[in-house]
Amino acid sequence: MKPLFALVDCNTFYASCEKIFRPDLDGQPVLVLSNNDGCIISRDRIAKTLNIPELVPFFQVKALVEKLGCQVFSSNYELYGDISARVMALLEPYASAVEVYSIDEAFLQVCATDYQAHGMEIKNMLWRDVRMPVCVGMAPTKTLAKLANRAAKKMPRLNGVCVLDTPQKWEWLLARISTQDIWGVGSRLSARLKSLNIHNALQLARAERKWLRKKFSVVLERTIQELNGVPCLDLELEPAPRKEIVCTRSFSYKITELDELLQAIASYASRACEKLRMQQGLTQNIWVYLESFDKQVGYFNRQSVRALPHLTNDTRQIVEVGQRAISELYRPGLRYKKCGIGLLDVRAQTYEQADLFNPQQSEKSRTLMAVMDNINQRYGKQTVQLAGAGLQPKWAMRREYMSPRYTTRWSDIPVIRC
Amino acid sequence: MNSQFIAHAGIFARKLLPLQLEKVSAGFPSPAQDYIEKTLDLNELCVRHPAATFYVRASGDSMRGVGIFPGDVLVVDKSLSARHGDVVIAIVDGEFTVKELVLKPQPALQARNPAYPPIRLEKESQVEIFGVVTHAIRDFRANK
Repeated sequence: MKPLFALVDCNTFYASCEKIFRPDLDGQPVLVLSNNDGCIISRDRIAKTLNIPELVPFFQVKALVEKLGCQVFSSNYELYGDISARVMALLEPYASAVEVYSIDEAFLQVCATDYQAHGMEIKNMLWRDVRMPVCVGMAPTKTLAKLANRAAKKMPRLNGVCVLDTPQKWEWLLARISTQDIWGVGSRLSARLKSLNIHNALQLARAERKWLRKKFSVVLERTIQELNGVPCLDLELEPAPRKEIVCTRSFSYKITELDELLQAIASYASRACEKLRMQQGLTQNIWVYLESFDKQVGYFNRQSVRALPHLTNDTRQIVEVGQRAISELYRPGLRYKKCGIGLLDVRAQTYEQADLFNPQQSEKSRTLMAVMDNINQRYGKQTVQLAGAGLQPKWAMRREYMSPRYTTRWSDIPVIRC
Repeated sequence: MNSQFIAHAGIFARKLLPLQLEKVSAGFPSPAQDYIEKTLDLNELCVRHPAATFYVRASGDSMRGVGIFPGDVLVVDKSLSARHGDVVIAIVDGEFTVKELVLKPQPALQARNPAYPPIRLEKESQVEIFGVVTHAIRDFRANK
């Protein structure tokens, strides 16, 4: 048996999460909105058949959506994050290695005597254990596995599992797929390939790859090899620690007061610092960003980079510098719609050099931060926070149609009638 | 009669109960030092498959007979296949319900309270077993 790559992809992930504890929604169209209830970002199968467009501002289609009887939800990231972690954990025993590719997709390295049966087992297991519908695509390379998954989604007779283990099988599929739908080939590259008379994926697979490499890039050459079943991309098991941690968000309404901006930046900085400590990082430079929009003045954004006195991950220090920067960027009389903070050139704590002459983050500060993170991990986000972040901020994300946090809060677990 | 049940109460919080507490004294090592084990974690007792385990709160009294009362937290393992006699969460007509799964003589979802009739499972009935209830947890001090 040759090992294969498998791509397991959850079907309409956000909408499917909303349906786990709402069996009454089976058969009804379900929509999920983006941050601030701005756009439709996930539509379940039924909503798709109703031709409700994705990625359009919600207010434009609100009347239509209500008329069609769609169930609408704000993004419940607490729920989606928890379900995603469960899906990924459940995949472990079915693979020799798992790469978490996104919140709802994972690449697996699999070895089995019957791949069709193995794929079916994964699919059935995820439905049984978390009520998550998925499709599975398998092939000798990641690029082909992606295409196999796409076929499993689009062709109902495959029952959600597509195994491309012989050249006959993948060539049949490649001949029916436009180059644009290949992983790593965008619409622009696809248009240029068209001018070279390469229209479908099979034509690309059979094209002269050395010549295309010169004309385009080594990345395209790799794609061609992968389309021929020659693996060039391996699983990426250890994500590189992030060098920048950025947290920017739009407000639920336009802010004019400095006080509210200061609260917002403190809250975003706190979140960014939490992430920083989670990867055991330190930072010495931060970037602060403020964006306004006014009909008279027009759109503008201002930003500034500030240095901290030394490498640190102390929320208090970073909030202080961030707030100072915002106060300086602030101009009264404008309406602000977005602000953000970025922690720049993040370094691993272990590389921090002891320096007799330069100050460092104190032991006390580290302990305090660890205690804060512990409490927040245990009792829920923002149990302990800096008072500067505001106690019940008005500017916080609008989530009007939010479902309960069924799996992450005791107060929200489903109530079931005996 | 309910001794089994009391033993299960309050299993939720990840409270670490130390098995041994001893003062550290300089000079003499504790004779118990070599016997220290890890502390007991209540999750080990009632969560066999963490990724497939969910918690729900019971309401209603149709399962009084097996000791499930309103307000109890139920531990639901979705990875188990339901067997005859299991307490299960079932989806009947798009709604969750807690009942005992009976497979013989006739398949049915049985209440454990004489006031409720059983739900017969016919071939064509649309019933999905959501998961198996493995434990129930009651806070005996709640509402006192």
